[in-house]
Amino acid sequence: MNITLKVWRQKNSKERGRFETYHVKDVSADMSFLEMFDVLNEDLITEGKEPIAFDHDCREGICGMCSMYINGRPHGPLQGVTTCQLHMRSFKDGDTIVVEPWRAAAFPVIKDLAVDRSSFDRIMAAGGFVSVNTGNAQDANSILIPKTDADLAFESAACIGCGACVAACKNSSAMLFVSAKVSQLALLPQGQVERHERVISMVNQMDEEGFGSCTNTGACEAECPKNISVENIARLNREYLSAKIAK
Amino acid sequence: MSSNNFLSLFSSSIGKKVIMAVTGLFICLFLVVHVAGNFQLFKADSGLAFNKYAVLMTTNPFIKTISYILYLTIIIHAIRGLMIEFENRKARPVRYAKYDGNANSKWASRNMGILGTILLVFIVVHMHDFWYNYKFGHTPYTLYKTELATGKMTEAKDMGPDFKMGSKMEEMLAGDYKYVIVKDLYKEVKEEFKQLWWVLFYVVCMGAVSFHLYHGFRSGFQSLGLNNRRYNNIFQSIGTWIFAIIIPASFAAMPLYFYFNQ
Repeated sequence: MNITLKVWRQKNSKERGRFETYHVKDVSADMSFLEMFDVLNEDLITEGKEPIAFDHDCREGICGMCSMYINGRPHGPLQGVTTCQLHMRSFKDGDTIVVEPWRAAAFPVIKDLAVDRSSFDRIMAAGGFVSVNTGNAQDANSILIPKTDADLAFESAACIGCGACVAACKNSSAMLFVSAKVSQLALLPQGQVERHERVISMVNQMDEEGFGSCTNTGACEAECPKNISVENIARLNREYLSAKIAK
Repeated sequence: MSSNNFLSLFSSSIGKKVIMAVTGLFICLFLVVHVAGNFQLFKADSGLAFNKYAVLMTTNPFIKTISYILYLTIIIHAIRGLMIEFENRKARPVRYAKYDGNANSKWASRNMGILGTILLVFIVVHMHDFWYNYKFGHTPYTLYKTELATGKMTEAKDMGPDFKMGSKMEEMLAGDYKYVIVKDLYKEVKEEFKQLWWVLFYVVCMGAVSFHLYHGFRSGFQSLGLNNRRYNNIFQSIGTWIFAIIIPASFAAMPLYFYFNQ
């Protein structure tokens, strides 16, 4: 299949970017979206041109590095997948595909399609951990955790921090990411000691980074490659309110 | 650390949502009372019941207090909402060239700012037409004559534009009749909705109410942290059926009723 790509090119964070059009020929339907970019980049390098910078690492949907905004949606048209899990069979021969970086003040473009997501790292550093050294794994069932809580914490912990929630949100809000990271600890006994400090610090950091406020559109949940639920955001709101009242 | 005190809650991204939720849900509660009271417009008594109700609503000290709290609530909701809209725009300085919002969210949820602005304009116009004119303008008085034995209203007489009275309502008994002279807000409503473009304005604005509450009512509970698999369907059903359909449709029926019953 032949594909026309309109790709955002931007030299660095200071320069204004623009769209460039590329024609990629003989694309296999079994290629992943990133493999198609690899082919395009090899062509560009052969022609002596600058290849397109884009983030990628594991290419199996667990690292959270890939971050393309494809035809108006983060990670493309499918639900519950990352860009690396998107294959060209989801497109038709002759399609024109618009590819942009995540757009948010808190995610400045480094180059082309690669954005700086260290604002997420700073939110995690503000409190997204348990401060004590937990040592080796304990014997099974030495700390009893209800199955429902364990399952919910596990679902929240599935967040890979890719930032699709911010990219999808019309307000560039990081509420789904932060809520998942707060929930995975708030639901478990190990997270109780620092529960209040954690949620306050993480929300403060989120606000300082310049993310917008949530208006409950639900776009984050719909686009999340790990299907993190907005129930987490409600939990974050509860955690934050009770922490503010208790403190 | 000053950022950890309780009041700083309200400047945080979550606190802003809490303010929107609490004020919004209070306004929703008011709409229930407002629509219930206004159903008296449909009563075929030349407006006697509605006018008496208007007097009660504007003179009872308890109701008056709630009214002023409500006005303040609406102002806070509008200002905070507009601020959130502009702050959120700053969070995305470069817009997407291609954006497919319908793929992941509902139109109403993405356009609360525009819908809210329409409603703010509506509230200003609506308050001027009925609240301001009733309180400070030249709302005429009407004399209602009711037969005591049957309780039937037999006559409604316009007191004319020059008639003035110290209070909004006076009642007196004479013979077999009860006479009520009352400020005739009903007449103002009736006159306004003889004009087609006023009717259209009100009906369109009730459409905005519908979309605003379709998202807003359910969203308020989410912002307060009340998202529970057991109750979500109830919140959504109440939001859709009562606040997005029944209430706006009932309000919209009022101008249409007067327009088609001239």
